[in-house]
Amino acid sequence: MNEPQLASAAPQTPGFRMISTLGAIAMLSGLLVVLVYQFTKPIIAENQRVAIEKAVFQVVPGATRRVDFILGDDGVTVPGEDDATGEKIYVAFDDAGNLKGVALASGAQGYQDIVKLLYGYDPACSCIRGIKILKMTETPGLGDKIAFDPGFLKNFETLDAKLNDPGDALANPIVAVKAGKKQSAWEVDSISGATISSVAVAKALDRSMQRMAPLIQRYKKDLSRVKP
Amino acid sequence: MATLPNMQEKLSLDTFVRGLWEENPVFVMLLGMCPVLAVTNSTMNAIAMGLATTFVLVASSTLISLLRSWIPKQVRIASYIVIIATFVTVVDYAIQAISLDLYNALGAFIQLIVANCVILGRAEAYASKQRLHTTLINSLGMGAGFTVALLALGSVREVLGSGTLLGFQVVPENFEPWVVMILPPGGFFVLGAWLLLFAWLKQRRERRLLEQEGASNAG
Repeated sequence: MNEPQLASAAPQTPGFRMISTLGAIAMLSGLLVVLVYQFTKPIIAENQRVAIEKAVFQVVPGATRRVDFILGDDGVTVPGEDDATGEKIYVAFDDAGNLKGVALASGAQGYQDIVKLLYGYDPACSCIRGIKILKMTETPGLGDKIAFDPGFLKNFETLDAKLNDPGDALANPIVAVKAGKKQSAWEVDSISGATISSVAVAKALDRSMQRMAPLIQRYKKDLSRVKP
Repeated sequence: MATLPNMQEKLSLDTFVRGLWEENPVFVMLLGMCPVLAVTNSTMNAIAMGLATTFVLVASSTLISLLRSWIPKQVRIASYIVIIATFVTVVDYAIQAISLDLYNALGAFIQLIVANCVILGRAEAYASKQRLHTTLINSLGMGAGFTVALLALGSVREVLGSGTLLGFQVVPENFEPWVVMILPPGGFFVLGAWLLLFAWLKQRRERRLLEQEGASNAG
């Protein structure tokens, strides 16, 4: 639309009318969005719960039951308590009530967006037992292989996450190395063509383990005492 | 906005079929290419994206057609975008409620339906001028045409790129999938191939018409 047209069209519609139209439409759409949000919120929460349950049993081999806790510097607390500070952990048990492992969520910047994952940590062997990618937008055919590439997932069957002598951090940081160059138990073999995504997985594991592995080891007794 | 009565389209079968074939948003008008190329790496994604877009298209066109004489011309585009964005948000929540896996697979492209030019194009070129029932039928046709086009791309790309159709193995085990087909270039290849087919069909039809005319003139 060019200038003269604008000038001649403007007086026909008062500004108030335009603003009230936009305001009314915005209110209508706000109402609709809120209604749909309220209606779908419990369904989405339930979907997420089911997805997490499935993922927890996948990353902790042999687990059939789970209990959620908040693990922080002050120890283990039940979610929902007021003074609960720390990170949410999913403690997994088998049918006999033996502690099989702890599943934790973590994330790191990938190629396109943050790669969110869940991984299982076994306090008995001080190692990572499995990972599951929860959310990512990596390139299909390249970066998204971190979710299903068998060779890559083999890295996490027993990935070393031992503590150092003072017990306040990992003895060896979890790092991604070039494809096929894995030498030590704490290294992750990258997928060739998906280096950035592989590094993101290693970084997510390292960041979370550096903080949480010492806590889990310190409060291991508290965790195994509870029965699901 | 004053519309002349003789500009109103009469409701006919053509109102629906046009979107499917003659004015197919993807294969003829070449609109909304971004989701067409981006999410058609599997059949399931293509169907979900097609249905989501159809819902937004039908719902927003209907509402815009209802409000067409009430929205001042100067703020029409802003109003359309707000209406479209509302329905996109609705679809966004709905897909999360239906399946989180599907939602994760479609990624940002659900939100990007807002910017799909098929929808704004229909709102501006059709819904803002036509009556409610013709708009409803026309947008349904356009949505169906868009879905069919996505399906045409998605099924070919999934079969060639992953060797599966809707997740089921359809090619022999020893077939090495062409990974390029599920990558962005594959989208361009398959789209180009479909466009080639449609252009060829069109040319053939025109040539036959000419031949028939020639024959009848001679006879």
